[in-house]
Amino acid sequence: MKPVLLWSDLLFFLLIFAAVAGGVWASRVEHLRASWRKVGQNRAGMSAAAVLAVFFLIGAVDSLHYRERLPDAPQGEPRYSVEVLSALDALLMPLRTQTEKTYSAPLATHLFAKETLDDASRDFPPLRHPGTHWFGTDKVGQDVLYLTLKSIRTGLLIGTLTTLIMLPAALFLGLLAGYAGGWIDDVIQYLYTTLNSIPGVLLIAAAVLMMQVVIDTHPDWFATSAERADARLLALCAILGITSWTGLCRLLRGETLKLRELEYVQAAQALGVSGLTILWRHILPNVMHIVMIAIVMDFSGLVLAEAVLSYVGIGVDPNTISFGTMINTARMELAREPMVWWSLAAAFVFMFVLVLAANLFADAVRDAFDPRMAR
Amino acid sequence: MLAYLIRRLLYALPILIGVNVITFALFFVVNTPDDMARMQLGVKRVTPEAIEKWKVERGYDKPVFWNASAEGAGQVADTIFFGKSVKMFALDFGRADDGRDIAREIKLRMGPSLAVAVPVFALGLFAAISFALLLVYFRATTLDFAGVVLCVAMMSVSSLFYIIGGQWLVSKVWHLVPISGYAEGLSAAKFVILPVIVAVLAGIGSSARWYRTIFLEEYTRDYVRTARAKGLSERFVLFRHVLRNALIPILTGAVVVIPTLFMGSLLIEAFFGIPGLGSYTIDAINAQDFAVVRAMVFIGSALYIVGLLLTDISYTLVDPRIRLQ
Repeated sequence: MKPVLLWSDLLFFLLIFAAVAGGVWASRVEHLRASWRKVGQNRAGMSAAAVLAVFFLIGAVDSLHYRERLPDAPQGEPRYSVEVLSALDALLMPLRTQTEKTYSAPLATHLFAKETLDDASRDFPPLRHPGTHWFGTDKVGQDVLYLTLKSIRTGLLIGTLTTLIMLPAALFLGLLAGYAGGWIDDVIQYLYTTLNSIPGVLLIAAAVLMMQVVIDTHPDWFATSAERADARLLALCAILGITSWTGLCRLLRGETLKLRELEYVQAAQALGVSGLTILWRHILPNVMHIVMIAIVMDFSGLVLAEAVLSYVGIGVDPNTISFGTMINTARMELAREPMVWWSLAAAFVFMFVLVLAANLFADAVRDAFDPRMAR
Repeated sequence: MLAYLIRRLLYALPILIGVNVITFALFFVVNTPDDMARMQLGVKRVTPEAIEKWKVERGYDKPVFWNASAEGAGQVADTIFFGKSVKMFALDFGRADDGRDIAREIKLRMGPSLAVAVPVFALGLFAAISFALLLVYFRATTLDFAGVVLCVAMMSVSSLFYIIGGQWLVSKVWHLVPISGYAEGLSAAKFVILPVIVAVLAGIGSSARWYRTIFLEEYTRDYVRTARAKGLSERFVLFRHVLRNALIPILTGAVVVIPTLFMGSLLIEAFFGIPGLGSYTIDAINAQDFAVVRAMVFIGSALYIVGLLLTDISYTLVDPRIRLQ
């Protein structure tokens, strides 16, 4: 077994580490602790947080990748499978390997379509693993529960890494534009108005098309197909980040403009504190609640966007298991007679729970951190 | 007013140029036309002649910025940048990969797009405001709470499921309207009605919740207290004072999307087979038709800028305190 660290894995764990570190730091600062305590008192918010924690746990287990060792080659050199698996695959080994021939209903004992059996009669053939598929199997006989669990990681990555990628740019440019003013402000404003005026979907489509050309013309960059899919996922996050940093940047610029005129900033200026130190020590901590709210509010929208983009064909790699690709392959199944509903239903339920939890948690965080909400 | 308009239009120009440069960089600098040709013709086993032919057919064989071999103005004009990007300002979008004129195609497809987008916009706004008003009227009651929960739940459902569910229920189970398709004239109604309902439902959750907070914020104003102190009934305060004042931010906020209605909706049009600009864009994305995508990016940006301008104007129309200078 050889561990494989994909770039997205690295970033995902970095993100979890940052969240934990941020939590420890926040617990030492009095006013932050008060705000988080308020989140903790929100029952809906905390239930949502518990659900989200389960999803993130699944995503984290699914981010520990490895390549299985194959029987040694005659020369004695170790060889590894080209298939990249994750710890979740190992845990769900029975689900992953116990495939059927084609569709089967949830917890069914027989296949969904009639076939000619050995004794030349037409009937529903028995399943290889009857009663084990809680959510049924899809067209190629894969377990639907396994597919939905694997989709979670993709959704979480899109929802979190996009914000992570766009955050530095939005923070830096927003604070700079608000604090420096003058031509710097003009340039930054021009930059985000221009980017903002391009319709998001089209910019993403154009960028994904271009990225596709780059990936297709450089097949030698990637050792395995998992790495290629991973590169595409990260590029998608980056593109989504480029289209979504403008909103936060504008908010931060406005807030900085306000803060700049306050007495404590003027006092710091009068004492000769340098501009960068003022931004870092005095302004940044006072806009962090906006950043915090933006991160949690954007998350659910990004998870939803992933499904739509993958459906349109400009989302993740078609081989990456995600809610979007699942819906895309399953959408014609409702038109079958009798219809196949379980793939869509499973994707719907899991996505709905994830997004609903994200929305409720985001509301709790906003209520606790937004000073205008404090009534 | 006129001077303001002219100055705003002049401001819009650099933004449009910026959009143009960004899309140009995206399409021609990140990838050379050779890469695009190889992609279109299949990555493996492409002869250089085939690539050259593809480029000549589409005008990609010229130099990018500066044509040293041409005479006079042709040094600038006979280049990819001028031919593919600058000409867009004159609404000359060139030809799609299937040889059709993009500008003509856009004109043809605008109608079906509007036939869906305009009712969605108007009905959606009306439904969301009415729903928010209902919740505010019964504010701080169980009905209000249940309504907000419903809004959050509706926000959490992917728009894909609204479309798939609507098509399945209304068209397949109830057989009320055709699943997809389009017809000209009045018979378009039976094709348009389902997409409109689905799109309104998909959007109502987030907008109704947003409008509800606007209404509630309006309730904290001093004039509301004054109105109550005068002895006006709660209903009168809500419909005559709060509603009117809250409509200002709601309507001016909605103005920005009016011009982009022309672009149609990608998802709705693709699912319901409506031959509008949205499905045109999706087809272009799937066929990797770069010329069409580029044209749509340009038009979309231009319409958005028009929307911003309209927003500013509408602010002055509804709020006499704001003067445009």
